[in-house]
Amino acid sequence: MEERINIPVGEWVETAVDWILDNLEPALDGIAWFLGLLTNSFEAGLTAVPAWLLALVLVGLSWWRVSWRFGIFAILALGLILGMDLWDPTVKTLSLVLAAALVALLIGMPLGVAMSRSNTVEAMVRPVLDLMQTMPPFVYLIPAAIFFGLGTVPGAIATVVFCMPPVVRLTNLGIRQVNREQIEAGLAFGCNRRQLLLKIQLPLAMPSIMAGINQTIMLALSMVVIASMIGAGGLGNTVLTGIQRLDVGLGFEGGLGVVILAILLDRITQSVGQRRSRAGAG
Amino acid sequence: MEPIIRVRELYKVFGPDPAEGLRMLQEGLDKDAIFERTGNTVGVRDCSLDIGEGEIFVVMGLSGSGKSTLVRLLNRLIEPTAGTVEVRGQNVTAMSPRELIRLRTEDLAMVFQSFALMPHKTVIDNAALGLEIAGIGRARRRERALEALEQVGLKAYARSYPDELSGGMQQRVGLARALATDPSIMLMDEAFSALDPLIRTEMQDRLLELQREHRRTVVFISHDLDEAIRIGDRIAIMQGGEVVQVGTPKEIIAAPANEYVRSFFHGVDITQVFRAGDIMDSADIPLLAGDTSVAEARNRIARVPGNEAVIVDDDGRFRSVVPGKRLAELTPDRSASEVAVTAEPVAEEMPLADLPGRAAHSPVSIPVIDGDGRFCGLVTLPRLVEALDRNRSAATANGDA
Repeated sequence: MEERINIPVGEWVETAVDWILDNLEPALDGIAWFLGLLTNSFEAGLTAVPAWLLALVLVGLSWWRVSWRFGIFAILALGLILGMDLWDPTVKTLSLVLAAALVALLIGMPLGVAMSRSNTVEAMVRPVLDLMQTMPPFVYLIPAAIFFGLGTVPGAIATVVFCMPPVVRLTNLGIRQVNREQIEAGLAFGCNRRQLLLKIQLPLAMPSIMAGINQTIMLALSMVVIASMIGAGGLGNTVLTGIQRLDVGLGFEGGLGVVILAILLDRITQSVGQRRSRAGAG
Repeated sequence: MEPIIRVRELYKVFGPDPAEGLRMLQEGLDKDAIFERTGNTVGVRDCSLDIGEGEIFVVMGLSGSGKSTLVRLLNRLIEPTAGTVEVRGQNVTAMSPRELIRLRTEDLAMVFQSFALMPHKTVIDNAALGLEIAGIGRARRRERALEALEQVGLKAYARSYPDELSGGMQQRVGLARALATDPSIMLMDEAFSALDPLIRTEMQDRLLELQREHRRTVVFISHDLDEAIRIGDRIAIMQGGEVVQVGTPKEIIAAPANEYVRSFFHGVDITQVFRAGDIMDSADIPLLAGDTSVAEARNRIARVPGNEAVIVDDDGRFRSVVPGKRLAELTPDRSASEVAVTAEPVAEEMPLADLPGRAAHSPVSIPVIDGDGRFCGLVTLPRLVEALDRNRSAATANGDA
């Protein structure tokens, strides 16, 4: 009989998870506390605002930053969400997305800067990013649920992990692609390392970084929907209920809400990277 | 005169093991052999230069000759492998990062081939970049940037963005950015090479004009010989990382150091380089007063190799030329001025190219005067022909090479 080879990768991971649970509990509690605070504040903040005011702000941003046509689309789309009685889950999803994306950007952008400055750091971080991006998103839910239980916080954590890679990659890429003579110009006029980063590299890398931020926000939205499986709530919950009850209509309504939110977030964040066309130039 | 930039035995070797490359260079191996054996590239090799205060010093060479590396070694954008660079007696190669930053913000400015402007900043904020980095307040730096923009004629475009300007205008912003910090030294790396020929000439004129208003030391990298001759007080020619010759354009044309330099100057019209002042005879010309007698004039002319005398007034201003052979027509007691020819004088700066036309219509040599009208010398026909012939033979020699 041929003996089958079986490398127990799964067992190792379980051991590691157990060890983390036993030894790093204070750290886990700290993370949970911080993320909980952040998501709750966002949610509290956004729900405290009357629905009409929040909708007005979103429409205003669409109108001002994108175009008047997109502003009209925003009016109709948000009207539809209100009409489908999905306003509360939409706001919950939005607050989760914003909180998770904010944390991802706070970690991801400095990491991207560090990668751009050192080939060693880049070589170490790159495979981790590959792993984070190619691992099926559902897999994050298991350790998140084990470490942090069910609810909003583990959903936010799984989202942070899943949505971070684009902003890290594109920050790194953007800085590395800055023209050599522009770097030299900065140095020749006496930039120190900090000035070079703040006055030359980051501004010139900004289109690329903004693309990364946009991608991170979009990934956060898609993950927040999946994270409803461990109780993150929001529009994902509506979809999940639709699946559980085999209610096509409800599932579609929830899905439509996600799509509308995605389009609004995408266009508005994209427009931030572009220089506004100067009205009445001259 | 004390040089403002002093470069001594400067080397730059790029690659995996610069120290090894340097050792091989000093043993006398050439660039290609070193690259083959070690993978090191020689950028600059044993370069020593003195650049004087206020001169436009052009470094010229083909691409890959090390000229762009050399200029970056001056402000240490590239670290030298060996040797020293001194600016006003301070050793740049040994400076701490803090001292280096002070030197770059206060003394040195740089202009780039690709302009290297910041696309997200307006023209005025681009021009103010050096001041911003130096930590000067917004109002003050904008004021100075606006002055610099005025110097390059772009004041009206202060609020535009770089991508709204033409290439020539963008480079004027690059120039304004350098001028705004009021540097004593400007490093210009192929600054006009990306521009159309007409715009390039215009920019060269503007640079010369700026130099007339306020002399700065300019180290100008170029691969364009006409540009080098036009603006350069002195030219250094680089070949394979080495400086093979340094001198004024005329010195280099008159005596090229090697075949490479000679071939560089192939096709250059030296009648535009040499001027009346360069080929005139100034010694051994008898200067007469308006009432000098024929006898004395004959006497004076007999004592010199030439056959002409010149009549000047009390202040040395040119009046007329006296041809020796026509003095025989007069009795000794008459005045020499009676046979004098009032030839039209030319300025010292008149290019050689314009002289043959004058010579053809003049019965005497061409008198040369300075800016105040004082007599400087005579361009004789044999001199003129000799100079023109040198131009022709130089061109033929190059044609055969």
